[in-house]
Amino acid sequence: MAKIPVKMTVNGNAVEEQVEPRLLLIHFLREQLNLTGPHIGCETSHCGACTVDLDGRSVKSCTVFACQADGGEVLTIEGIKGADGGLHPLQEGFMQEHGLQCGFCTPGMITRAHRLLQENPNPSEAEIRAGISGNLCRCTGYQNIVKAVRYAAERMNAQQEAAE
Amino acid sequence: MIPGPFEYHRPGSVDEVIALLGEFGDDGRVIAGGHSLIPMMKLRLAVPDHVIDLRDVGGLDGISEDGGTIVIGAMVTQAEVLASDLLASKCPILAEAAALIADPQVRYLGTVGGNVANGDPGNDMPALMQCLDAAYVLKGPKGEREVAARGFYEAAYFTARGDDELLTSVRIPTPAAGHGSAYEKLKRKTGDYATAAAAAVLSMERGTCTAAAIALTNVADTPLYAEAAGAALVGSTLDEAAVAAAVEAAKAITAPASDLRGPAEYRTYVAGVMVRRAIERAEARATG
Repeated sequence: MAKIPVKMTVNGNAVEEQVEPRLLLIHFLREQLNLTGPHIGCETSHCGACTVDLDGRSVKSCTVFACQADGGEVLTIEGIKGADGGLHPLQEGFMQEHGLQCGFCTPGMITRAHRLLQENPNPSEAEIRAGISGNLCRCTGYQNIVKAVRYAAERMNAQQEAAE
Repeated sequence: MIPGPFEYHRPGSVDEVIALLGEFGDDGRVIAGGHSLIPMMKLRLAVPDHVIDLRDVGGLDGISEDGGTIVIGAMVTQAEVLASDLLASKCPILAEAAALIADPQVRYLGTVGGNVANGDPGNDMPALMQCLDAAYVLKGPKGEREVAARGFYEAAYFTARGDDELLTSVRIPTPAAGHGSAYEKLKRKTGDYATAAAAAVLSMERGTCTAAAIALTNVADTPLYAEAAGAALVGSTLDEAAVAAAVEAAKAITAPASDLRGPAEYRTYVAGVMVRRAIERAEARATG
């Protein structure tokens, strides 16, 4: 099938590529743009390892065609960083609270939590658990993942207050 | 898990979609949120030659109320259902059910139109729409028509929608003020379809049930409107005898498959439990 042009913004950079319509966004990101942060876990829209942000929504990039994202704005784990260019509070939280073991689910977890904290800057433990319910951790390290998201929320709220 | 090849179309209007559907017939499929279609395409259970993306099509969005009817555009997502103040105050059962569909990522993209039009017996919205006596607006080359949700589903993945028609919106008669509703769904884990689920919408007046509707999800190859179950409640005080009669009437019309969610007998039993819980919770929420 003939390739078609797609244009989108990925982590702030304008991207223009040719894709087969059937190319999934996750394969486009990993294989065509060499952004291997988003992982391929289950390929069946269950595990959430491929989670990226598309136009302000968390999506499972294994269940979106790259051509559907044409004209859109994509954020992957590679684009998540702190205000000073260092670690984002979420990344710091996952480090401080031991929010990862094997690390396979981590890019999806952080990208999902990033959107969750935009929508709900001060989530309760129950809200965090519901908010990341589409992301599976095979190490079952959810306890510390939840703590890491709480850590980030507190850090981000403190930064916000300091700025005001 | 690579889908078969297809040609991608992104029309800008409903008329263009209908023209494309007319041209491609069986070989064309519309894609809304894509969370039913893309998994099917990965498994090659669906191999459309043409995929028609609805994302740029105008007029399929928005939730509004128009003279006693709630109108939900086909492209309204489950996340938008959850965030709607109008639905929270006038028809809260939709958000209650939407929260039980899949997970946050899927709900950002999954649409009401796709959920009801696909004909998957596991989908939650169809039984709700039957319970609420909603109508689906279908637009085709010959114009627009409305089909009642209670008459829309023929078999798994077979519906009253013609190949050249697009479901553009869902119209729900605004439930009576003071009504009580509940959606009860047993599922094995987040993201799973129901082992069995039941929706109940009812009205009470001085302790007597004046109207009741019950519908069931995933216990047959279509959603089931349990007309006799609702009728068993009307005129009663929702006493044990009436509730037991409704539960038995609902169980009697189930025909679930035996699968990984359990043997058929178990799923029928669970359907009864879901009906009972839905009635109890709807009653507790009803005022009047």
